[in-house]
Amino acid sequence: MTLEVKNLNYFYGRHQVLKDVNLTATEGQCVCLLGANGAGKTTLFRCVLGLLTGYRGDILLDGDNCRELSVRELARRIAYVPQAHSPAFNYSVFDTVLMGTSVLTDVLRTPGEAEGDVAWKMLETLQIADLANRGFAELSGGERQLVLIARALAQQSRVIVMDEPTANLDYGNQLMVMGQAKHLAERGYLVVLSTHSPELALLFADQVIVLDKGIINVSGDPKTVLTPAVIDQTYGVTVELHQVTTSWGDVPMVVPNASRHAG
Amino acid sequence: MKPDARPAVPRRRTWLVAFALVFVAVAIGSFALGDYPISLSQLFHAFASKVTGASADNTVQLVVFSIRLPRILAGALVGAGLSVAGAAFQGLFRNPMASPDILGASAGAGFGAALMIFLGMGFAMVSVSAFIGGVIAVGAAYLVSVRARRSPILGMVLAGIMIGSLFNAATSYIKLVADPNNVLPSITFWLMGNLSNVKPTQLAWAAVPVLAGMVVLFASRWKLNLLTMGDEEAQTMGVNIKVIRVLVVAAATLITSACVSISGLIGWVGLVIPHFARMIVGDDNRYMMPVSMLMGASFMVLVDDLARCLTTAEIPIGILTAFVGAPFFLYLILRRGGRL
Repeated sequence: MTLEVKNLNYFYGRHQVLKDVNLTATEGQCVCLLGANGAGKTTLFRCVLGLLTGYRGDILLDGDNCRELSVRELARRIAYVPQAHSPAFNYSVFDTVLMGTSVLTDVLRTPGEAEGDVAWKMLETLQIADLANRGFAELSGGERQLVLIARALAQQSRVIVMDEPTANLDYGNQLMVMGQAKHLAERGYLVVLSTHSPELALLFADQVIVLDKGIINVSGDPKTVLTPAVIDQTYGVTVELHQVTTSWGDVPMVVPNASRHAG
Repeated sequence: MKPDARPAVPRRRTWLVAFALVFVAVAIGSFALGDYPISLSQLFHAFASKVTGASADNTVQLVVFSIRLPRILAGALVGAGLSVAGAAFQGLFRNPMASPDILGASAGAGFGAALMIFLGMGFAMVSVSAFIGGVIAVGAAYLVSVRARRSPILGMVLAGIMIGSLFNAATSYIKLVADPNNVLPSITFWLMGNLSNVKPTQLAWAAVPVLAGMVVLFASRWKLNLLTMGDEEAQTMGVNIKVIRVLVVAAATLITSACVSISGLIGWVGLVIPHFARMIVGDDNRYMMPVSMLMGASFMVLVDDLARCLTTAEIPIGILTAFVGAPFFLYLILRRGGRL
């Protein structure tokens, strides 16, 4: 599965949010989208997911124009992992994951045995089968994020879009969720996610795309693209990049100049 | 992890069967209750003679089939209908405080009925007018909400509240100018809700939209689960949210308007019965909806028994639903410590 975005432009009223955005991503990649608040990351995702349709330009999945795909056809190709939230009603973890299987069956059917098997397999894949009977509302943020990833996997689409999957998670859960995203990419999914952490992008991304006021500033291999200059342009933060030698190998590290912001 | 750790579907099915049995028991018991007591064996013989064609006691036949059967069916239809409509609106609006009259259906129906009573029309015209009034009110709210593209749900609720208040004001005006000796009391009595005027033909007519709406809601119950996650999430899971929204609003409106047209305004049931169902089987509409229907039907038939047996004069059922149900609900809140 290949995702191509060609000359994408989007306006909210007169305000241009995305300008001539072009990108290509293929399965097996973990693509990280970086950018300051309001840079257009969410708008780009909403266009790709078919939630916004008034865009100019084209979004292609394996050459098929997303505009011509029905809601169900699009959901069979792209799954969405929202930020972990508190829904109005409390469903069990199993039922929440089961919701993802709706695209596999007829419109009016409720899920049956086969869909239950799919949901169960996804819970086992993410090693959260022991949560199956718990209520979604009773889970921690990290557990909720994993359940929402399992729900996306249950759609059995090859592209997974995650909107800031590490937002509101503690340090350990951030690394855990990013590790899962990377693992899915290694298993052949195309994972596209947004993050506010250049450090996580350096650690986990195969491709980074840096958005600045609706324009793609740079894109490509994180190690060559994420320079101190780019990070300064994007976030207004002075950083130095260092290779740190650890017992698990050389690791890139972003060191911000905190004193510049302290005083 | 073995597959036997999967959620307890059988237990939720057991609840479904249990509430079906409760309903059957309540219905059978309700045949026996009333000014003319009927024993279980008389009831059995009355039904048996209908099937076999054997001769039977005419008085018993009359009471069972002409008086009590329509009333029990009407109570079950209205109770189940209002409950399932409330459950559907709670899912659609992602708000457990939503009730079937949120889009103005009851206000519109109340106005339609009050207008016909004011004009001196019979019960049949009053029913038809109430039904049309309810459909018009929600239709207007929906048409307004179509223009509110940014937030269609909020637009629909606000439009429904506005249109409901317009119809309520119009009803108040009719009450103001109505003859206080005979017309005003019958309007007031109708607005408080009761099942004493229901005739078999009206019941049959009302059953068509109610059952049709129930089929639609029942078919959408899994999709409603997805919709409670939010419009955008539901859409990325393949739900055509515009289609399902129209279907659910139309079905719930047909049900509510048809119920109100034969029973008058009965509040409370559509809001609270789904909550009872949630407490027992959880929020999953696959089980919550049918359990709501059975609980609502049982509750309404039971309360109607009280309405016709408690005192010599009939008590409006719309008053009794709250008198019976609200204390019980308060008790549940206290006992469960707010875990609703």
